[in-house]
Amino acid sequence: MEIPRHWRLKKQRYGLVGEVCPHCDHKIFPPRDVCPNCGDEAKDLYTFSGKGEVYSFTTVYEAPAGYEANAPYTVAIVKLQEGPMLTAQLTDVDNNAVEIGMPVEMVTRKIRNDGDERGVIVYGYKFRPVFAAH
Amino acid sequence: MRQVAILGIGQTKIDEHWDKSLREIGGEAAFSALQDAGLEKVDALFVGNMLSSLVDGQNQLGTFFSDWIGLWKQEAVKMEAACASGGAAFRAALMAVASGDIDSALVLGVEKMTDKAGRDVTSALATAADADYEVEQGVSFVGINALVMRRYMHEFGWKHADFAPFSVNAHANALHNPYARLHEKITAEKFERSSVIASPINLLDASPIGDGAAAVIIVPAEKVARKPRIVVAGSASATDTIAVHGRKDPLFLNAAYLSSKRAYDMAGISFADLDVFELHDAFSIMAALSLEACGFAERGQGVRLGLDNEISITGRVPVCTRGGLKARGHPVGATGIYQIVEVIQQLRGECGLTQVDGAKIGMAQNIGGSGATILTHIFKAEGS
Repeated sequence: MEIPRHWRLKKQRYGLVGEVCPHCDHKIFPPRDVCPNCGDEAKDLYTFSGKGEVYSFTTVYEAPAGYEANAPYTVAIVKLQEGPMLTAQLTDVDNNAVEIGMPVEMVTRKIRNDGDERGVIVYGYKFRPVFAAH
Repeated sequence: MRQVAILGIGQTKIDEHWDKSLREIGGEAAFSALQDAGLEKVDALFVGNMLSSLVDGQNQLGTFFSDWIGLWKQEAVKMEAACASGGAAFRAALMAVASGDIDSALVLGVEKMTDKAGRDVTSALATAADADYEVEQGVSFVGINALVMRRYMHEFGWKHADFAPFSVNAHANALHNPYARLHEKITAEKFERSSVIASPINLLDASPIGDGAAAVIIVPAEKVARKPRIVVAGSASATDTIAVHGRKDPLFLNAAYLSSKRAYDMAGISFADLDVFELHDAFSIMAALSLEACGFAERGQGVRLGLDNEISITGRVPVCTRGGLKARGHPVGATGIYQIVEVIQQLRGECGLTQVDGAKIGMAQNIGGSGATILTHIFKAEGS
């Protein structure tokens, strides 16, 4: 992937910035221009809290090209507190200790090296368990 | 719109065809269909293919194949809808012939996958998903299906072993299909012991890729004298969100529900009238979800049909009668046409030991992505 593509996604990747529908107040992530709840136009930015829970998860043993160094790693669908779901890696967690319903929170982590001579180090959101001490 | 019927079919064995090029495997299936139809020319060629630009460095497959098979001057185009490319090409051809704009079409599903290393093909297949919001997170296409399967097991209380009958049935049927990629009987025990790709999906939940091509020739129904005459009785396509996480209910294939319902209505039948169902078992979980969305089981209960032996050749809903994606193989953009060819073989009564007795109505359902694009086609045999 090229640099402009990563740069364009910086608000979503680093800030978990999505949208809120001005018509029905539905929270939207990833951002899209048509509200999936009411079908009207939705372009107002909304910053998510980063709190959520694991809706489902898988531990990837055969990783796609560029991700091999971290395998095996766990990817989850996370249901954010505000409603929408997203796909993200889990971090700071034992792969065998993940459960559906586990509370998690967003952190910024290195995702991968974009391998070629023009490559950047791609950062973005991952989610880690919320411990009782918090 | 006028009624359309099948005039000819052709297919190649799915395999690692290191000695054959994209051109050659596609040509083999196309020539075989033309021969079966007794035709030398058609008005137009519709090619279903997903990966040629990424794996073979070749685009413009419409003209690439019209040139190779001698259809110079004819209209030709490639359709792409990930793993549903074959079904999408068939529906485009069907609409063209049904409308009266052309009088014959050759639909060729073709995929040459083994010229690149496995991990490159894995990355290419992931282009079916959302590049920015799924793939960039390091989830493979298998991983996305694994997320669905894990949640399904959690919500409905199934164990991994409960999915075994889908793969065991597919492998048993493929033993009698000379075109199938895998000719290997498996057991429920072997299913449970196979290695994990992305938990809970293991090797025997997943369909194997391969090189393959299948072709169908369609014409207006009144031009077909052959008995039984196989007509296209229903055809529909529907979509869902590209990313699984974007769905209100990731455990329900809404596009399968919508396209099968429209196809049933068009054919004037219900699911119970189907004699054979070639479904899109790219992963065992997709077989369960397809059966549910198409009316055969309540939400969360598709697995039960396998456990109760309802999916075998003599069961209530025979699926994967020639091996399915699991054992016939899954040359992605070609798969939708293999499914259609296999339904037609069933309706012609050409399936030998896996023939469904007296099959008159069959359905082929082709899925792109993890339920994002779904095409459903229903065929009926008339006269005998």
